[in-house]
Amino acid sequence: MHKAQFQSPIFPYLLLLPQMAIVAIFFLWPSAEAVRSSFFLQDPFFGNETFVGIDNYTDAVTRSDYGRAAWFTFLFTLVVTVFSLGIALLLAVAADNVLRGQGPYKTLLMWVYAIAPPVAGLIGIMLFDQHIGPIVDFVALFGWEMRVGVNYWDSGIAMMIVATWKQIPVNFIFFLSGLQSIPKGVREAASIDNPSPSGRFWTIIFPLLAPTSFFLMIINITYAFFETFGIVDVMLKGEPGNNPVTLVYKVFLDGFRGNDLGGSSAQSVILMVFVLALTIIQFRLIERRVHYT
Amino acid sequence: MTTLEIKQAVKRYPNGALAVKGVDVTVEEGELVVFVGPSGCGKSTLLRMVAGLESVTEGEIVLDGRLVNDIEPAHRNIAMVFQNYALYPHMTVYKNLAYGLKNRGTPKAEIDTKVREAAKLLQIGDYLERKPSQLSGGQRQRVAMGRAIVRDPAIFLFDEPLSNLDAKLRNQMRLEIKRLQRRLETAAIYVTHDQVEAMTLADRIVVLNNGEIEQIGTPAEVYGAPASTFVASFIGAPPMNLLEAQTGDGAIVIGDTHIQAPVRANGPVTLGIRPERAHLADGSGAAAGPPMQVDTVEELGAVRLIHGSVGGQHFTANQSADEPIPGDHVRLRLQPDDLHLFDHDTGRRL
Repeated sequence: MHKAQFQSPIFPYLLLLPQMAIVAIFFLWPSAEAVRSSFFLQDPFFGNETFVGIDNYTDAVTRSDYGRAAWFTFLFTLVVTVFSLGIALLLAVAADNVLRGQGPYKTLLMWVYAIAPPVAGLIGIMLFDQHIGPIVDFVALFGWEMRVGVNYWDSGIAMMIVATWKQIPVNFIFFLSGLQSIPKGVREAASIDNPSPSGRFWTIIFPLLAPTSFFLMIINITYAFFETFGIVDVMLKGEPGNNPVTLVYKVFLDGFRGNDLGGSSAQSVILMVFVLALTIIQFRLIERRVHYT
Repeated sequence: MTTLEIKQAVKRYPNGALAVKGVDVTVEEGELVVFVGPSGCGKSTLLRMVAGLESVTEGEIVLDGRLVNDIEPAHRNIAMVFQNYALYPHMTVYKNLAYGLKNRGTPKAEIDTKVREAAKLLQIGDYLERKPSQLSGGQRQRVAMGRAIVRDPAIFLFDEPLSNLDAKLRNQMRLEIKRLQRRLETAAIYVTHDQVEAMTLADRIVVLNNGEIEQIGTPAEVYGAPASTFVASFIGAPPMNLLEAQTGDGAIVIGDTHIQAPVRANGPVTLGIRPERAHLADGSGAAAGPPMQVDTVEELGAVRLIHGSVGGQHFTANQSADEPIPGDHVRLRLQPDDLHLFDHDTGRRL
């Protein structure tokens, strides 16, 4: 690595300043504000505040709709993570085995990545539309009358499908590069040692992909928890009603629809602690990650 | 008994490139055959065809009397040692050695015996619980060999196994491979681009060039009677001197010098002379060899290399360090038996 020497000791800090300013303005300040307001009861119209201690927290976690949202979020995250990882791995293994035309194949699979979450949500609405949605028509063939936006689980499943679909390309790219970094010699040695291709996959290839998989699992959990906001918002058209919501969406609902800023802040602080824990786990894993060469 | 027969093997890649152009090789029981040649000569491809890692376009690979062209590598009863060791990075040394046996359904106790035997033979017994990343290059090399040995194969395939080691370790491992192979009495093919490795290891050498066999023979044959100018310049260090010369009337003519020799050829030839067979005489004497203009002398300890030119062409002579350093003008003293004649156009031995 090239080492640069600065004449003035202040100059490096000056270079860091824009990034630091962004972190401060868009993260530190709002976070501090959220933590502060989670201990108050706000009057949304006149700006008066009353200190209520941890009431907002106890209130949030004991309410049944919070429990329901938490349960749904857990399930949603599990399904989205498992399926987006599983399908992406399957596609990556297939792409890795393609010898000719791998370029176009890869590009096509990655396209979806360029779609913004709300747009993905819009496409989801079209696919699951009561009247023109092809997926609704398709499952109707099996006697399943899917009513997205009306039936709790129908909406939930539609959201899971769209969220999974949106996340597959990222996982695919990481898995494919993980597969392609496995030395050719190792695969060849394995083909001499083990006659079964599936045996080779599970005993050699899959363990060598483990670091990639761990990393992606954390990324996917974070995605399902937070970044699916756009999909949820568009698919529910701002009318949650009897529909399932994720915890992040509930923060938005309670704060900006329900005008309960304190309660919403408390919920977002809980999520913040969760994401902090997740990040710590991720760093631990990366630290312990085996270096194979 | 013949262990391996390669009959008219051809490898053509999908893009039409011919890597191996109809090659015949046999490996006898317990024999160590070395494929040697410059990079791109098809030696590794041929080895990989035997291993089953490359398909065979045409021809037959017969191993222990069984045609194996369409048999999976794992079912061929071969073991291969790769250039980059190709150890399984997530497995301990023990598991690396045991993996192949486990997949064959060998009983656990037997696997344990075999692994420990091989580890003892290769002196890696202390590292069995380590991962490959915790081993040095030489140790990894031993593990790779151990993995081949425990399989107890019909033939070992070595694909430039020593090229990632430093020079000292390489010499040591080379000797060990030879001892090991002698001891196990298992046939082996060893691919290398290093002619010293080829000479020292081989029972027989197969010299490959451009997908074709230039010569097959014992190290002594290949060195003593190279079949072509390619073999002559590839085997031996420093390589054989090759001079443009004329023949006719029972003599070889280099520049102005006539050397009486029983030659049948008439016309231009390529004359080959091994550096150590070119003896130097004082330039003032009337010795019967061509004059040599000396420009550089390299001291190698036991011998010295005399570089210069003969008839305007580069020439190297090899002289014992006991002899006095020659002056700028010398004459070569050549024995007719030491002269190799090659066809001027085809490069084949005459």
